[in-house]
Amino acid sequence: MRRPLWILAVLLSHWRRHPMQLATLLIGLISATALWSGVQALNQQARIAYDRAAATFGGARTAVLVSKDSATFPQQLFVDLRRAGWPVSPMLEGRVQIDGRSFRLLGVEPVTLPSEVGNAPAVGRGSLQTFVTPPGEMLVAGETLRDLGLKEGERPQASGTSLPPLRVQAELAPGVLVVDIGIAQDILKMPGQVSRLLVGKSKGKSKAPHATLESVAGDKLRLVEPSAESDLERLTDSFHLNLTAFGLLSFFVGLFIVNSAIGLAFEQRLPMLRTLRACGVSARMLNTVLVIELVSLALVAGLIGLVCGYFIAAALLPDVAASLRGLYGAQIAGQLSLKPVWWFAGITISILGALAAAAASLAKAIRMPVLATAQPQAWQQAQRRWLIFQSAAALAVFAVAAALIQFGDSLIAGFAVLAALMLGAALILPMVLQIALAIGQRSARAPVGIWFWADSRQQLSGLSLALMALLLALAVNVGVGTMVESFSRTFLVWLDGRLAADVYISAASDTQAKQIKAWLHDRPEVEAILPGGRADTQLDGAPIEVLGLPDHATYRDNWPLLESTANAWVRLRPGDACLVSEQLSRRMKLAIGDHIEVPAPGGDWPLEIVGIYADYGNPKGQIAVNFAALTRRFPQTPQTRLGLRVAPDKIAPLITALQATFGLDDRSVADQATMKRESKRVFNRTFSVTAALNAFTLGVAGIALLTSLLTLANSRLPQLAPLWAIGLTRRRLAALELLKTMAVALITALFALPLGLLVAWCLLAIVNVKAFGWRLPFHVFPLQLIELLAVAMAAALCAAALPVARLARMQPATLIRTFVNER
Amino acid sequence: MLRVTGLTKSYRSAGEDVAVLRGVDLAVATGESVALTGESGSGKSTLLHLIAGLDAADSGEIALADTVVSGLSDAGRAELRRDRLGLVFQQFNLIPSLSVADNLVFQSRIAGRHDAAWHDELVERLGLKNLLRRYPEQLSGGQQQRVAIGRALAPKPLLLLADEPTGNLDEDTADEVLHLARDLVVRTGCGFLMVTHSARLAATLDRQINLHAGVIA
Repeated sequence: MRRPLWILAVLLSHWRRHPMQLATLLIGLISATALWSGVQALNQQARIAYDRAAATFGGARTAVLVSKDSATFPQQLFVDLRRAGWPVSPMLEGRVQIDGRSFRLLGVEPVTLPSEVGNAPAVGRGSLQTFVTPPGEMLVAGETLRDLGLKEGERPQASGTSLPPLRVQAELAPGVLVVDIGIAQDILKMPGQVSRLLVGKSKGKSKAPHATLESVAGDKLRLVEPSAESDLERLTDSFHLNLTAFGLLSFFVGLFIVNSAIGLAFEQRLPMLRTLRACGVSARMLNTVLVIELVSLALVAGLIGLVCGYFIAAALLPDVAASLRGLYGAQIAGQLSLKPVWWFAGITISILGALAAAAASLAKAIRMPVLATAQPQAWQQAQRRWLIFQSAAALAVFAVAAALIQFGDSLIAGFAVLAALMLGAALILPMVLQIALAIGQRSARAPVGIWFWADSRQQLSGLSLALMALLLALAVNVGVGTMVESFSRTFLVWLDGRLAADVYISAASDTQAKQIKAWLHDRPEVEAILPGGRADTQLDGAPIEVLGLPDHATYRDNWPLLESTANAWVRLRPGDACLVSEQLSRRMKLAIGDHIEVPAPGGDWPLEIVGIYADYGNPKGQIAVNFAALTRRFPQTPQTRLGLRVAPDKIAPLITALQATFGLDDRSVADQATMKRESKRVFNRTFSVTAALNAFTLGVAGIALLTSLLTLANSRLPQLAPLWAIGLTRRRLAALELLKTMAVALITALFALPLGLLVAWCLLAIVNVKAFGWRLPFHVFPLQLIELLAVAMAAALCAAALPVARLARMQPATLIRTFVNER
Repeated sequence: MLRVTGLTKSYRSAGEDVAVLRGVDLAVATGESVALTGESGSGKSTLLHLIAGLDAADSGEIALADTVVSGLSDAGRAELRRDRLGLVFQQFNLIPSLSVADNLVFQSRIAGRHDAAWHDELVERLGLKNLLRRYPEQLSGGQQQRVAIGRALAPKPLLLLADEPTGNLDEDTADEVLHLARDLVVRTGCGFLMVTHSARLAATLDRQINLHAGVIA
């Protein structure tokens, strides 16, 4: 047992003598683990939230019976099915407005709730009597209670009605209110109606086989089987895939650092390893101890990386939560609560990453002949031999990317194209640099100039991994930056079209809306009152919104139509035509002239598609119809939303008067400018996570370059000392070294720009279309590219500064020692 | 103690097999000091490497005491080097990240044969007392080779193998180092086989063997 410890102590003594190399290795592992674990923490937090939402009294995890047209149905069906032996439990769902904000109200029947349904036991343990007897109780998540600004036991108001006293039930998803079904029927004014029946699992031997659904309910109900994955999980898959891709990229960039540090350390330790073998350490023992050493370092770095990852996740969580809320309506808690598996997975990924990064070095150690003479530069020479192989591999990977663009038709294929492009570009970068530097060398005339280019080429193999990391980080920055800018520009134009009214009002109830309309009719500054509303239904098994638009020039002139028939707006008037959102048209492959049947309470509503419009940021499919037609087909549609056209100078006084007259707060009445400002804020916040991860990745790439230059600095002395000996000053040598780093960084950055634009095109034309259902126009932003180029050069300058400064200050004795050691 | 019989070894170079050793027979008795001489390329170092188990012979047999070296696996050869052999190289091959003290005890520690009294004696006789906390890069060539000899003799090996141990040293230092090595070899009673170019140094050992074109001349 003591023998391996002795060998381990000898191996570790190398790090004691080379602390910078150890720091490099640890920084690489810590960065890789931190960024990967941080992103995983965010994903895990979101999944916990989705699980909470899905488990809310059934959700997607329980089989349900719904009406054929997805409308409510009589409670009697529940009674009939129970009598026939079906273990069903009724549920009524609707929305209530509290303080101008919309909440999801669920009415449940606690006695018949299937035991496997989440949260049911909590209702049972509490006072069942209190829950079902008026005024009853309203169960909410802690977050909802905080949002409402109320305490347990208090009774919020909705449309002038007092809701039941609040009670916190931690397992509930935020934004959900749970009451007894009888109370829900009263609140929603839907007596005797239910939205769906939860179907429990039959238990006990005494249960008689129940009658068929058809024999009890005829064709009124259909069974929806439970889904292992909730709607939110499905919807947000692309977002999390995007985050994971960023995490993975950062992880790999971190591993580049680790690979570089381990490769150099291995090369420096070759003589030591051979001496150990000569002293009687067997190959197996040596390799085992090398792995133990690596795992020990990975363990330490992994733990530190996890702590850093936790802080990164905590810092990004508010923005991620805002993004998920803005894009998908998902409610994510603001506090990180991590499962033990996260810690375990973080440590594992750190160890696996370290082993992967060290694989080549470990393989060399296994194959190392005891007698081969030590060649400190062998590692770099070996890299050169890989150049042609790498370039061939790059071309093969590019071919795969081209095939995927041609034949792939999924989100995964889109991400695979991105991955292939990046991998191919990284692999071919050393060849690109070789060619560029060779051209430079050929054009040089002065001896120092020739040496400059030749030495840059020689140095390339040691720097190529760090430069690959820089290339990837820059390309992602360019790609994502261009995508976000393109989106931003399109979004702003789109927002101008969508928010065409000058003032928006959200009344507390239909009654108040009528009062407001009557009041507005007498106001001369109001040029037009534009009522709006929306109803929920399902199309092709997926939820969609039916948006009612009034027939008015405001919409005709401004609504952002991507394509339409002639007189599309006129054709909406009779109520037999509709506009569909871009994502719905892509998902269902709908085109102008197609016909759809929209389930409505009174029966299916046949509509012809006369236009397709952009609807960015909406996770649901949407169709737009004439408002009057909507209220005819969906009579229960709340008519609480109003848009107003008002002369610009009269907006502020009108809002003040509205607030004073009807007690409306800032959330219930807002002017267009405020709405746009809020929308832009949500938009910017949505991409702030991306921006942060972009910055992190670029930072890690900068560290990779710095660490590579630092670790290479010592092995560079044999190349630099002869030049110093023949008369080049240390200061000039330092300047030349700096110039060399800047030159290769510049070539890399210039190569990253077209690659980044290609990445942007993939994101806009493939990934966004598959992930969200909309395609954005591709714009190039030269100023942004110049800015990123400057950032890259600044990163290279920072990375090169320390080793160059050390060279400039290096004592002549150190340079002389080179000749002594080189004998 | 060491018996080499009919040893052959060839290498492949530029597509051709080059025979380095063509049937070498050799013996070294316990306590005997033998100099192995010969011109460059005669196969001296190859022979030493084969005896040390650093490389494998094509044919023939190497026996050290009761162990047939040529029949051992990699792990077996490592064990042989660790427990029964001491190796000294021209390039010293100390572990640069370990201090002199740690380098000295390294082999005896991993062999599980550390003898504190013998270690102290080695330090004393090699004149390393004031250098124990230094690192190899802070030592002169002669000092480094003394540490290498100390490391090799610390586990009290059966046989000390030295490959041009004075090749990097000036004449005076070479004499001093070899003198020390011979004294310590006598003290431990082990065998000593030294590869050298120097006829002068070879003459100071008990016996000389000349290798010419892969055979004992």
